[in-house]
Amino acid sequence: MSDKKLIIIGLVIFFVIVAFPLWYHFLFHGGKAAPAPELELTDKAKAAKVCVRSTQYMTAEHMQLLDVWRESVVREAERVYVSPDGKEYNMSLSNTCLDCHSNKAEFCDRCHNYASVRPYCWDCHIDNPKEKS
Amino acid sequence: MNARYMFSLIAVIVLLLIVWAGTAVGLQVVFGIIIPYLAIVIFITGFFFKVLNWSRSAVPFRIPTTAGQHKSLPWLKHAQIDCPTNKWQVVVRMALEILTFRSLFRNTRMSLKEGSKLSYQLEIFLWVGALAFHYAFLAVVIRHLRFFTEPVPFFVQLVENIDSFFRFEFLYPVFQFGLPGVFLSGLVLLLAVAYLFLRRIFTPQVRYISLASDYFPLFLIFGIALTGILMRYVTKIDVTAAKELTMGLVSFQPTIPEGVGTIFYIHVFFVSILLAYFPFSKLMHLGGIFLSPTRNLTADTRARRHINPWNYPVPVHTYEEYEDEFREKMIEVGIPVEKMPEEKPVEEEAAVEDEKPAQEEKKE
Repeated sequence: MSDKKLIIIGLVIFFVIVAFPLWYHFLFHGGKAAPAPELELTDKAKAAKVCVRSTQYMTAEHMQLLDVWRESVVREAERVYVSPDGKEYNMSLSNTCLDCHSNKAEFCDRCHNYASVRPYCWDCHIDNPKEKS
Repeated sequence: MNARYMFSLIAVIVLLLIVWAGTAVGLQVVFGIIIPYLAIVIFITGFFFKVLNWSRSAVPFRIPTTAGQHKSLPWLKHAQIDCPTNKWQVVVRMALEILTFRSLFRNTRMSLKEGSKLSYQLEIFLWVGALAFHYAFLAVVIRHLRFFTEPVPFFVQLVENIDSFFRFEFLYPVFQFGLPGVFLSGLVLLLAVAYLFLRRIFTPQVRYISLASDYFPLFLIFGIALTGILMRYVTKIDVTAAKELTMGLVSFQPTIPEGVGTIFYIHVFFVSILLAYFPFSKLMHLGGIFLSPTRNLTADTRARRHINPWNYPVPVHTYEEYEDEFREKMIEVGIPVEKMPEEKPVEEEAAVEDEKPAQEEKKE
């Protein structure tokens, strides 16, 4: 029956759509896995060992921390951040974060691209002199 | 207290406890790899056999419901979409039904005004809620492709950009919300599913016809949306690690990375349950809407004769054959016969010959 043929065609189209991630992955990577990107730490970052907070906190919450910093600096003119273990930092993306992590392409962008995140940090912090060094 | 929704709520809570306990004792492989794979296999095969089973159903009659003027005399305006008479008009009607839920839009509420006056009002909120729910869900599903594709295709990023156009951030010492950027679809989904649930609770007629199988998907989707939103905005997880797990599933090289918390496994487990439950539930309206005979059949019964497709030649025993079989016996007991036997006196045969043509005409 022609109806049955149509239904089967519809089912096949549906399954092709459902399987999109599979054949899309096969097109780009063949049978290989696509593991999370490796983060590259600069020598300075390696030497410092600790960030302003723990690594676990920073991977998940850094965007929130930066937002708090911005609020604090821009609206309250408060530039000193005291970390839980008592160290003081200058609240500055360009001068503190990117001082250690001067390799934006290898440190920031890799994960952002992998997770399809397009933060608006770089709308302003675009010509960062620290990055060139 | 209603046993039907309590049953569904308890079922979802039990599922939550199962995955909570499972991840606590280190069954991440089960909840992150085995169950998702099983769920997708059940979804695909279940969906396939369900639709295949439906496709075997006979469609003997045209049963389209019409909501407009049938094609008739040339001076009567034909409602082409509401009463389609050819394939393309049906395609338009189906597309509008699937994309805009027209038959839900026609929902009316009947009420008595001033005692005895019957009135019908447009009851639009179910349609609005359903539209918000389905499109928010679609946006959420498309956005989630970012976890299943590498590189992330342009249309996923396009949906992300549209979805996050409305940027709001709350920054108070006790309450911080809005980073990473807010996707409206997730919040709309949560609100819509909450509305669809409350509608079933507070409208007496709808509560009366609501079953546990109506509440269960609502609770499950509510749980999925809630855990997703919590993971993104409140108790944040390491997104790259989450993607590493999902990409492992896609590339058939599954891994369990560090740094994804219990809430991630709750989310994944709920989605797995939803997928596995899908083919056996009302959620199959995803496939069923394409096969709804009142929508996808042409309303051309006045113009074309539709013959039952399973008509087949039926063996019949005609009266002529019956009489041939029993003629002698019938004559014996005096029952009149249409055709007299051959061996008859010559004078009687002439009389029979006269009658015969008239009778044969009658038979035809």
